[in-house]
Amino acid sequence: MTTTTTSPAARAAAPGATTAPAGSSGSILGALVGAMLSGRIRVVDLTQTLTPEFPQIALPPEMGQCWPFRIEEVSHYDERGPGWYWNNFSCGEHTGTHFDAPIHWISGRDLPNNSVDTIPVQHFVAPACVIDCSEQARQDPDYLLTVADIERFEAEHGRIPAGAWLLMRTDWSKRQDPEAYQNFDETGQHTPGPSTEAVQFLVEQREVLGFGSEAIGTDAGQGYHLRPPYPCHYFMHGAGRYGLQCLSNLDLLPPTGAVLICPPLKIERGSGSPLRVLALVESGW
Amino acid sequence: MTTRRSYEGVAVAVPVTVPYVRYSTRSAHWFLGQALQALVREAGVPKEQIDGLCVSSFTLAPDTAVGVTQHMGLSPRWLDHVPTGGASGVMCLRRAARAVQAGDAEVVACVGADTNHVDSFRQSLGSFSNFARDATYPYGSGGPNSIFAFITANYMRTFGARREDFGRIAVAQRSNALKNPNAMFKKPLTLEEYMRARPIADPIHLFDCVMPCAGAEAFLVMSEARARDLGLAYAVVRGAIERHNAYAEDPIMVRGGWRVDRDDLYAQAGVRPDDIDFVQTYDDYPVIVMMQFEDLGFCGKGEGPAFVQARDLTVAGDFPNNTSGGQLSAGQAGAAAGFLGMTDALRQLTGSAGPRAVADARLGLVAGFGMVTYDRCLCTGAVILGRPS
Amino acid sequence: MTMPLMRPKRKNPILRTRQMNLPPWGRGRVALGLTAAAAEGRFELQTCRECGAVQYPPRDACHKCLSVRLAWREQTGRGQLLSATTLHHSNDLFFRERLPWRLGFVHLDSGPTLMVHLHGEVGEAPTRVRVGARLDRAGRAVLIGMPEQGSAHMADDRMLREMTSDPKFRKVLVTDGKTPVGQELVRAMVKAGAEIVWVGHAEPWKNYGGLEDITALPQVTLVPLDLTNGRSVTELAGEIGGKVDIVVNNAEVHRTFGIAGRRGTDVAKLEMDINYFGLLRLAQEFGPALRGRSADGVTSATAWVNLLSIYALSNFPPHGTFSASKAAAYSLAQCLRAEMRPAGIRVVNVFPGPIDDEWNQHMPPPKLAPAGLASAIVKALREGVEDVYPGDVAQEWLERWRDNPKVLEREVASGG
Repeated sequence: MTTTTTSPAARAAAPGATTAPAGSSGSILGALVGAMLSGRIRVVDLTQTLTPEFPQIALPPEMGQCWPFRIEEVSHYDERGPGWYWNNFSCGEHTGTHFDAPIHWISGRDLPNNSVDTIPVQHFVAPACVIDCSEQARQDPDYLLTVADIERFEAEHGRIPAGAWLLMRTDWSKRQDPEAYQNFDETGQHTPGPSTEAVQFLVEQREVLGFGSEAIGTDAGQGYHLRPPYPCHYFMHGAGRYGLQCLSNLDLLPPTGAVLICPPLKIERGSGSPLRVLALVESGW
Repeated sequence: MTTRRSYEGVAVAVPVTVPYVRYSTRSAHWFLGQALQALVREAGVPKEQIDGLCVSSFTLAPDTAVGVTQHMGLSPRWLDHVPTGGASGVMCLRRAARAVQAGDAEVVACVGADTNHVDSFRQSLGSFSNFARDATYPYGSGGPNSIFAFITANYMRTFGARREDFGRIAVAQRSNALKNPNAMFKKPLTLEEYMRARPIADPIHLFDCVMPCAGAEAFLVMSEARARDLGLAYAVVRGAIERHNAYAEDPIMVRGGWRVDRDDLYAQAGVRPDDIDFVQTYDDYPVIVMMQFEDLGFCGKGEGPAFVQARDLTVAGDFPNNTSGGQLSAGQAGAAAGFLGMTDALRQLTGSAGPRAVADARLGLVAGFGMVTYDRCLCTGAVILGRPS
Repeated sequence: MTMPLMRPKRKNPILRTRQMNLPPWGRGRVALGLTAAAAEGRFELQTCRECGAVQYPPRDACHKCLSVRLAWREQTGRGQLLSATTLHHSNDLFFRERLPWRLGFVHLDSGPTLMVHLHGEVGEAPTRVRVGARLDRAGRAVLIGMPEQGSAHMADDRMLREMTSDPKFRKVLVTDGKTPVGQELVRAMVKAGAEIVWVGHAEPWKNYGGLEDITALPQVTLVPLDLTNGRSVTELAGEIGGKVDIVVNNAEVHRTFGIAGRRGTDVAKLEMDINYFGLLRLAQEFGPALRGRSADGVTSATAWVNLLSIYALSNFPPHGTFSASKAAAYSLAQCLRAEMRPAGIRVVNVFPGPIDDEWNQHMPPPKLAPAGLASAIVKALREGVEDVYPGDVAQEWLERWRDNPKVLEREVASGG
């Protein structure tokens, strides 16, 4: 390659490129764009596809229910619309891979900026730490993330920074069969989640941004029976923190260093929404 | 004794047949028009002098007799539409005769005409009557075959009639038909063929059923004086009866309305059954022919089988029945079948029956029967025609 | 003796499937009174209120005294067969395709004479018969002459089987096998001789119990079916629609709210989404295949059963939104009946009162046991009945509704 007197940013541009990308001279974002174009930074999709078959959270029948995802064609290049294809769909705020805002829980109902439309958008791009509990979850579907698990993680990967997501990897998303994913028996649902102590530790001692799970809820399936019931929702949202559910591909993320991009829909006074969760990951991982 | 007014002074003349065809793409109006044209031509009267019209047809719809007047360019002062099928010949004659006697009309054309399209049969059935629609068609015979099967089976069981007895009627009629150039059937029929024929709705088999076709039959009614003026051969009406919905209390038909008024018929004519030289029965099914023999006084109820075995029903025999071959052998041109017996009776009485003439025919009885609306025909009628005195 | 129906051989796939030619279906307004009664399984004729004469064919004025005060009354049907015939020829396509066909002429003890279709076990005339009314494939009442004492296989008579929707040897879809009613329906269909029973179930992760018992039956195949999901319905129809002979749509959501009792529309929407829109989706997807096979031999497609509710006739305010969803479904079921008519598929609407299940926990008895409801539905299919009001409450509500619907509305609103 012929070298000429060019800026460092230009040298960092894609091999073979002879023109530097616009705005690339020396800026962090420029470096980011360059790294993405060169593949040094990859975008990983952490989102489950929205289909009618994907299970949704099931409450006791006396309660109001979250809508499942449903989709209906409006037209398909046919008499209903000759040159185009489009659909109408319906779902709940908490259907599929979704974001929970603090207003979703009673403990967070009065906090400022607690709904999806008022959360500071800065928070929608944030670092993530991934704690691998996949082996434990395989042995025990009711596995609860403990403080000890967190301490073991930090011993190896360093302290969890404030303002980071804590994602509990369980490989639960690899359960393709909806029955296995929901994992109900006559005592209810059996999916992994955080213990009360772990949640309180993450909120009070580490000031995490929020908690993310591969299962249908941030709390364990049997979370109703913890004290307080649903401690992750209770303490996280009570502290103005967020939740992410039905994540996938957490096994493609490094324990630290990934950056999550997860803006929910801007629903007026929304308690959450389905969304696309993306992770920026540096190559070498 | 009768209290009825006689038909004195009335002449019935000019029997006309428009030859039958099995299927036609033409309308009923075409056959009707051909009949009127023949009437006019053979009567030697201009069309304008036809001042009365009586029409019977199932396939004129949406027209009735009214539409026919404009279609054919007639301006009658007496008009009747008598859609009563097999009884319409007798009924038209009775009405026309009274009109002529009252001076309401001078020359009345009576015409029975129908076309037969390939799907005519089912179309005309579809709207035959309320009761047929509600209580007969749903049972699927697509026509009156099942009704007459019931009637025939019941008659056979009650009176011991056999299929051979009905066959004798059909075979004799076919023999007569062979001398009728207008008849649809041209081959003789043996009793063996009759018995072997395929079942339609047992005990009714193929040769118990008529063949629907297109065609027309017609005649003129006028005063005797007018007929003589025109130089026309004619017959006179010695007596006539009709009756509708007779014996409604009979759960199944074993006798027809002729029985109710037959004594009055013979009283009008001043004759007895023995005096009749030929009968033209309405032969939609042989069992009804047999009942007409009984109910019109030629034998007792239930004696029909023995009667037909004992008599020769051909034109040369001792009890000529249906000299034209009847509709069983000539074909059923819709409502024209109600006129078939009338026109052939007129031919017999005016010396124009050719090879099928009944020798010395002076008195003939024409019976009508028609309109199966549910489980039996409702209309019956009969007329005794004679030579002028 | 009727030849018992044998399991038919497998269909030859290269042959064209015969389509339905309906029997003659024209009836005057008055004559449709016969059909209205036969739709509920009764043989009724008009009786003159003034002189008592029984009328047939149906008419507007008494044939004896000319009174117009004619009332439809149930008949015993007892009578004498005067004459019988077997049709070997017909111009009518329905009958032409089914010859030979037996007909009879009956003199009812109560007076009129009737043309009837004749059951094969009725002997030659003269003999005693019992006349009943059935809906034919055009959905119109016809009279049937039956033996006074029928054999065990009476229902297999070729003519009678054309009038009915007997599950024997047929393939049935029960849309929801997760409820007690669904499970009893499956058992009842199997007991009635169904060849295959496909049992729909939604949300497989929700296990209410009972499904394993019926899955063990050899005729039963579980199939995923979620009536709120158009694609689920489309896919199942694509997979089995061409084989289903009887659809039994028992899927329903039943909650116990009126208007004020629960804020929001989500519960009412869920009730509508299954009770009404579920029927719509199912009918759009399964209708065409059913219609195409309605004349496909002795195991033709034949019927569509809707589990409605007596509350479809008159709203039961404590279950007000449920009632409204059933009323909507009833109206749509009438639409379905009209659309199925040209194919001769019978739409059977079932209007039970409260079923003895969890959502009717607070309803006092009498309540209809799921097994009772299931057997009422099988009976309706066997007898070709199309409007079913099973159980004491349903019968009582129907009587009050027919007598005066406004009075019923008031009584129900006051808790009566």
